[in-house]
Amino acid sequence: MTGEPRKVVVVGASAGAVQALLTILPALPARFALPVLVVVHIPPDRDNMLVPLLQSKCRITVKEAEDKEPIEDGVVYFAPSDYHMLVETNQSLALSTDEAVNFSRPSIDVLFESAADAFGAEVVGVILTGANHDGAAGLRKIHAAGGMAIVQDRAEAYATAMPDAALRACPAARTMTIDAITTYLTSLGAA
Amino acid sequence: MSDTTEDIEIELLLEALFQRYHYDFRNYARASIKRRLAQALTQLGFTTLSALQDRVLHDPKMLPRLLDFLTVQVSEMFRDPSYFKALREKVLPHLSTYPSLRVWIAGCSTGEEVYSLAILFKEEGLYDRTIFYATDINPDALAAAEAGVYAVDRVRKFTENHQRSGGKSSLSDHYTAAYGRAVFDSSLRNRVVFSDHSLVTDAVFAEMHLISCRNVMIYFDRPLQDRAIGLFRESLARKGFLGLGSKESLRFSTHAPAFADFVPEDKIYQRREP
Repeated sequence: MTGEPRKVVVVGASAGAVQALLTILPALPARFALPVLVVVHIPPDRDNMLVPLLQSKCRITVKEAEDKEPIEDGVVYFAPSDYHMLVETNQSLALSTDEAVNFSRPSIDVLFESAADAFGAEVVGVILTGANHDGAAGLRKIHAAGGMAIVQDRAEAYATAMPDAALRACPAARTMTIDAITTYLTSLGAA
Repeated sequence: MSDTTEDIEIELLLEALFQRYHYDFRNYARASIKRRLAQALTQLGFTTLSALQDRVLHDPKMLPRLLDFLTVQVSEMFRDPSYFKALREKVLPHLSTYPSLRVWIAGCSTGEEVYSLAILFKEEGLYDRTIFYATDINPDALAAAEAGVYAVDRVRKFTENHQRSGGKSSLSDHYTAAYGRAVFDSSLRNRVVFSDHSLVTDAVFAEMHLISCRNVMIYFDRPLQDRAIGLFRESLARKGFLGLGSKESLRFSTHAPAFADFVPEDKIYQRREP
């Protein structure tokens, strides 16, 4: 174990992800004090264009995760397409080519469950818009480990299946609009 | 955070596997091992890892079943076509200057990459002067690799990848399809040595001109990755080549200075002059 336990934000999104992330991430200040780990479902064989797009719009650093990379505060890490992204207890990232989970690689459940294992109550899990149920089991695990579970308000979600599934699996999760999520994360990461 | 009961059980099970069978997963990246063991528990029908440990210690027949969860990787032929294209266009022209060649596919699993490289070397006229070493720690995976039989529904993807890699033949020239299975031609493995070898516990066994080890070391922790890269460094001939997975790099390795970037975007490195 290195250093003090610290908070980490994990985010999962699928259909409609780009618009949602383009609202949340550019609003985070340059000196945002937490790491943000993101899984977005993107078809394999497609280069991840989302990272360059967000890099150009965000004040905090946005990058694609590398295997065994130490997790740094104030950096947004995206899972590369066709790889799962996991969190190790020594606060580094690990990639895997294990088979798809919920037909997805990367899978939100894989990230969320490993984050709950490694960071326990210090995890803030956010499920955004999406048209499948990936992330529901992971969000439940984050909540069970004492972490904070947040689900995007279905009323404004581009696709509601993912927020609905997350709420069914984790009824104690807080429902928030994108604006409320942005405000919450900003205050959480105020350096 | 203090270790949970499950963490303790994982520790003990991995230690038991090592002491009893000399399979060493103790320095594998823990988050993935944890997921794989959770799957093994459910599918093998145990309620705790301690119960699984009890069984595997006393019943050697349980070992291969557990190994399948801990090691087997599903891959594709010509996975990441640009990697094979880079080998074809940039690495093989160098290799063609040697009278004889040795290629090591480390962690070959069920053989998809072995057949991909064999086809590539055939297409480029280098196959007949090459010996391929295909190694893995899982005997069942090695047997599958040696058999070279894949479900026919996977072959469509293999074919597409092969074409995108700049393939000069048709993939269907290299297999016969029957009963839903594609059986790859034995002429693709008559120069392949399939062998049990562990990057964790075994040593250098021959001098290589090309080593391909993709998406194997992402399952290792950093000290273990460094051991494996050290093995590759020692195994490679002067100016030999090392190919890694598209998201792997030598950046965090103490051996990095021994290698030069050759095709950085496809993670192909070249051994520097010693």
